[in-house]
Amino acid sequence: MKSTVMRIFLAAAVILLIVPAMSCTKHESGAIKVGVAGAHSGDLASYGLPTVKAAELVVKEINAKGGIRGRKVELMAEDDVCKPEVATNTASKLMSQDVHFVIGHICSGATKAALGIYKESKVITISPSATNPPLTQSGDYPNFFRTIASDDAQAKLEVDFALDVLKLKKIAVLHDKGDYGKGLAEFAKDFIDKSGRAEVVLYEGITPGAVDYSAVVQKVKNSGAEGIIYGGYHPEASKLIMLMRKKKMDTLFISDDGVKDMTFIKVAGEYAEGVYATGPKDVSKNPLAIAATEAHKTAYRTDPGAFFLNAYAATQALLNAIEKAGSTDYKAVSNALRTEYVDTPLGKIKFDERGDAIGLGFSMFQVKNGEYVEVK
Amino acid sequence: MEYFTQLFLGGLTRGSIYALIALGYTMVYGIIELINFTHGEIYMIGAFTALITASVLTLYGFNELSILVMASLVAVIYSSAYGYTIEKIAYKPLRHAPRLSPLISAIGMSIFLQNYVLLAQTSDFVPFPALVPEFAFMKAYEHIFSSAELMILLTTTVVMIILSCVIKFTKTGMAMRATAQDRKMAMLVGVDVNRIISVTFIIGSALAAVGGVLIASHIGQINFYIGFIAGIKAFTAAVLGGIGSIPGAVLGGFVLGWTESFATGYVSSDYEDVFAFALLVLILIFRPAGILGKSKSEKV
Repeated sequence: MKSTVMRIFLAAAVILLIVPAMSCTKHESGAIKVGVAGAHSGDLASYGLPTVKAAELVVKEINAKGGIRGRKVELMAEDDVCKPEVATNTASKLMSQDVHFVIGHICSGATKAALGIYKESKVITISPSATNPPLTQSGDYPNFFRTIASDDAQAKLEVDFALDVLKLKKIAVLHDKGDYGKGLAEFAKDFIDKSGRAEVVLYEGITPGAVDYSAVVQKVKNSGAEGIIYGGYHPEASKLIMLMRKKKMDTLFISDDGVKDMTFIKVAGEYAEGVYATGPKDVSKNPLAIAATEAHKTAYRTDPGAFFLNAYAATQALLNAIEKAGSTDYKAVSNALRTEYVDTPLGKIKFDERGDAIGLGFSMFQVKNGEYVEVK
Repeated sequence: MEYFTQLFLGGLTRGSIYALIALGYTMVYGIIELINFTHGEIYMIGAFTALITASVLTLYGFNELSILVMASLVAVIYSSAYGYTIEKIAYKPLRHAPRLSPLISAIGMSIFLQNYVLLAQTSDFVPFPALVPEFAFMKAYEHIFSSAELMILLTTTVVMIILSCVIKFTKTGMAMRATAQDRKMAMLVGVDVNRIISVTFIIGSALAAVGGVLIASHIGQINFYIGFIAGIKAFTAAVLGGIGSIPGAVLGGFVLGWTESFATGYVSSDYEDVFAFALLVLILIFRPAGILGKSKSEKV
């Protein structure tokens, strides 16, 4: 009896050893294997699972059409629970399965941990959601691309707008001391300092919820700033702008998507007129986005979750690049990603040298007649 | 020098906002030695009541000044009713309980009221109309000191004087002082202590409501949470000036307002609270009862 069990074990072991060996030989002719890595369980599963669904939908469509140049696309989902220490294992596992490309990871920390392994194996990785700026900006990961704007994209847009369009020379940078507001303000300050074309005359944090900001407003006035770049949310922004306008100051006000909210206009009323705020590009009217959302509803009977469209775009961009490159070769595909435009739910995109998608992210809006209007 | 003047005036406005709320705090404490945490919430409810009244009156086309007066009146009545009821529900049953019990009860009531307004109204900020009219004679100074700011400053001063007079010269005031000194003794000599405490709460709540109307009209927006932060700062002002003392609350408010304003103006607004509370600690080290507070020995 015992020996029978032993034999089954041995047989299983042999089969297990053979299978990967066989898959190795399939490298250039068999299915194209795409790993989908991210948080698929745990607290942050809701951020990761929509990506799996997006990739499945895109791949199903491609395979129904006969695949890419006759080769089917195969997905392999691996969980990293959004933890960097797990992500390295996830990456190693995907590499041992000879995955050609990876869609993922979801969280910036996990993505960074896994990227080193993908880089060694020369595997192109496209994340739908990792926003940490150095992932692309450091230049450490030439194999990395993403279909989401990085954290500093808003600050960059604000500063470019202030310098190039409004031609400001003296700028006050204020923030609300919170993670979001202060982070943005720090980026904005850095960008201004580096540009050398304008001066940050004031850099301060204000206390959220304080009854009165007149001292800060006086300070702005005294600093001679022509414009304010504010990082934070609308309640403080509306207090600041109302106070400034009541004190007859016409200092320009540029802020972020925390302020690009109808409540801001409702509360600040006439004083909101002329305020600039950055916000995500509106894709809700894009026919591809509508189609992708509909496809999700038909397949899963629910509305898509977080980063669904980003993941949809990432998968489309990847498959398009493979198609254009004509192979799964690392160099050819990364070139195709950087040169070929592709129509996605997020608009027509391609990637820049560093791996950030061109043609998506944020636009500048201005309050005109009680509404935010995109500044062209 | 102009910068200094502006910061001075900014601090004055902020100080009178704190002082207006601190007056109610300090009064209730003075009479029954209870830190009335719901005071900030009464202030918030006053502001909301005024907003609703003002919106209705605007629909019927009343003029600015009558809207201000009527909205304030409704806010005062409504808030006083709240103050009276809260005292009966949350504090009176605990009159003979250990001192910590009414304190917890007050915190509970404050959280209850915040959430009540959150559910009954909205969690969003709502715009508050500028009810205080722009006075013609203020036109030239508008960019430094607005009409609403002047109104807050004047109201604070007038209320402080009236309150001091009421407490010093009227029969009710005398009864209040008696209750403050020794509740049992006051009862023995025929003071209706329960009535006096109710009156104290009604006056305190009315003040909070007036504060709510004027301050919201100056700031231009309200939500269910404004009472908490304003309450904390006003409480600090009351302690700074000497809790229980009416002129002390006003002085404490001004000192706090100026400290914050100058700290922001000459150092950085990042440190505004640091300076404010460092000052509080320093003053309490040298004058434990606050600037104008009388240190008295503990009752046995």
